[in-house]
Amino acid sequence: MHKALVTTVTAAYFAVAVIATGTAVAAEGLKAPVQEWSFNGPFGTFDRPALRRGLQVYREVCSACHSLNLVAFRHLGGVGFRDEEVVAIASAYEVEDGPDDDGEMFTRAGKASDFFPSPFPNVQAARAANGGAAPPDLSLMTKARKSGPDYVYGLLTGYTDAPADFKLMDGLYYNTYFPGHQIAMGPPLTDGSVEFPDGTQATVQKMSSDLVTFLAWAAEPELEARKRLGVKVLLFLLVLTGLMYALKRKIWSDLH
Amino acid sequence: MSTPTWTNPVVRWIDYRLPIFTMMQHELHEYPTPRNLNYWWNFGSLAGVVLVIMIASGIVLAMHYTPHVDHAFVSVERIMRDVNYGWLIRYLHMNGGSIFFICIYIHLFRGLYYGSYKAPRELLWMIGVLIILAMMATAFMGYVLPWGQMSFWGATVITNLFSAIPLIGESIVSWLWGGFSVDNPTLNRFFSLHYLLPFVIFALVFVHLWALHTHGSSNPTGVGIKGPRDSIPFHPYYTIKDAFGLCVMMLIFLSFVFYAPNFFGEPDNYIEANPLSTPAHIVPEWYLLPFYAIVRAFTADFWLYLPVSWLISAKVAGVLAMFASILILLLLPWLDTSRVRSARFRPVYRIFFWIFLIDCLVLGYVGAKPPEGWLVTLGQFGTFWYFAHFVLVMPLVGWLERPKPLPDSIAAAVTASGQGKEASHA
Repeated sequence: MHKALVTTVTAAYFAVAVIATGTAVAAEGLKAPVQEWSFNGPFGTFDRPALRRGLQVYREVCSACHSLNLVAFRHLGGVGFRDEEVVAIASAYEVEDGPDDDGEMFTRAGKASDFFPSPFPNVQAARAANGGAAPPDLSLMTKARKSGPDYVYGLLTGYTDAPADFKLMDGLYYNTYFPGHQIAMGPPLTDGSVEFPDGTQATVQKMSSDLVTFLAWAAEPELEARKRLGVKVLLFLLVLTGLMYALKRKIWSDLH
Repeated sequence: MSTPTWTNPVVRWIDYRLPIFTMMQHELHEYPTPRNLNYWWNFGSLAGVVLVIMIASGIVLAMHYTPHVDHAFVSVERIMRDVNYGWLIRYLHMNGGSIFFICIYIHLFRGLYYGSYKAPRELLWMIGVLIILAMMATAFMGYVLPWGQMSFWGATVITNLFSAIPLIGESIVSWLWGGFSVDNPTLNRFFSLHYLLPFVIFALVFVHLWALHTHGSSNPTGVGIKGPRDSIPFHPYYTIKDAFGLCVMMLIFLSFVFYAPNFFGEPDNYIEANPLSTPAHIVPEWYLLPFYAIVRAFTADFWLYLPVSWLISAKVAGVLAMFASILILLLLPWLDTSRVRSARFRPVYRIFFWIFLIDCLVLGYVGAKPPEGWLVTLGQFGTFWYFAHFVLVMPLVGWLERPKPLPDSIAAAVTASGQGKEASHA
């Protein structure tokens, strides 16, 4: 029975994994290829230079249409941005505040405590400016899609000409990995869309992977703390489990 | 089990007025327990610990959560991002739900295999079924609270099932919603009930334990305790065995919390609820999938439905079948006609037990998939077998099967095979 228990638990573990993967393929159509990410694995961390470049891509390209509502400038402090840098990034934005003592709303430079401002005042404006499809908020994008980081990377690099037999609707673009292949967002990146101060070549692939690193951080800012704590907790539990097992054998030995 | 004499004067003073120490001595220390319980008997206490973890983490989450359609999603994200260790508390609660159901389902199937529901433990079993029902209601409402896409659409689909009830269905659904769709009043009442029901579960667990301690645990042989050689005191033997099992469970549980916290979840629930945009596939959480498969099996041309098609719609039949699939467990002590308790001595039933387990897994798989093509047929056959197992297999096998000879006592069974199968690994 003991062996059966271990076998069943192991089998269930893998069965769940197989079912989960199977569902993903059926629901999403073409699955984006798996990439190597710095934040994968039990000891993964966000590659800091990539994250900085990704922030630059977001600010210079994506933020024209996509909001990042859940991320505050102060959060950047958690991934190695110094206080002066955070203030510099924040103050580059105009933020609406108020009402003041006269009851008027006013704009001021952004502060570290502010959140990234939305490019549009409301969803209707976003829709009106983008042919009826409001660009989604990016704060949780890599968590809100199956295999999120791979999917977002696949999407950003997956623009091609539509196959000859594919009927593409007016104003839409063909994308290999978008469900249904017709996407309202045009190819957002072209080689050299941004100029990286660290001299990195701004290819579409490089910008995309850096942006994914940044968005993965935006979606899971707790990831590094979580994985660090996890190692300690599980190691502790492993030792405790061993001790408990030894104690159990000791206590039960007088019955045998 | 005489009343112990306490040496500590404070303990003696309290115990004379409120015999709490005597009770603990009887129910946790001396409590005679079969000496041959295997590790499948760990899952009841494991589920109890998970319930406590869920209540503790849930109370902290409620301090930071805002049950309003405009703020719920963002307030959960604030817990994840800005509350100290909020991500840990929230991931514990989120994955704890799945671990809870894993423990409970193993606990349930252990009861099915070893015939734990048989006399004199029928009420113990039935209270357990009520606990599962309360857990499902709690989990369903809890899943609505983050107000993601799957929260909203799951709530819409499941509450809409009640509209199938003839005449008053629509009124009941409006009453559940507090309006004409899943909206702010729905979220408010679900939050309120999600906070209430765990304490109902806690009370039911207390009654469950009360009934358990009246006749004590069953055991893998199904033969009752006949003498002092058959039993051992609960403490220290089973306290340490439970503690070891708890450590193993926490290792698995926390591996998910720290390294795959969204494994059991749906990515769609990280998109804020949008009543104007329906997700491609609406699926409930994994632990409800078999029941979702049963409700969807009832299409207009399902052969199991045809005999009642003149009376009720297929949708009503599906809803009734879904509730019946759990409520039928209440009747199991009487549907099982065998005089032998444990499947260990029931060669035919043992085969049907595994078939039933596979059937439940198949139903779960079908519930996760869009209802198309052969999966519909598979789900319908799985549904038929689910009920056939209880209504046909359990009575017939009990009557026709020739059980293997039972051991004279637990002690005899344990010593017969050298150290005994159960004891040797222990």
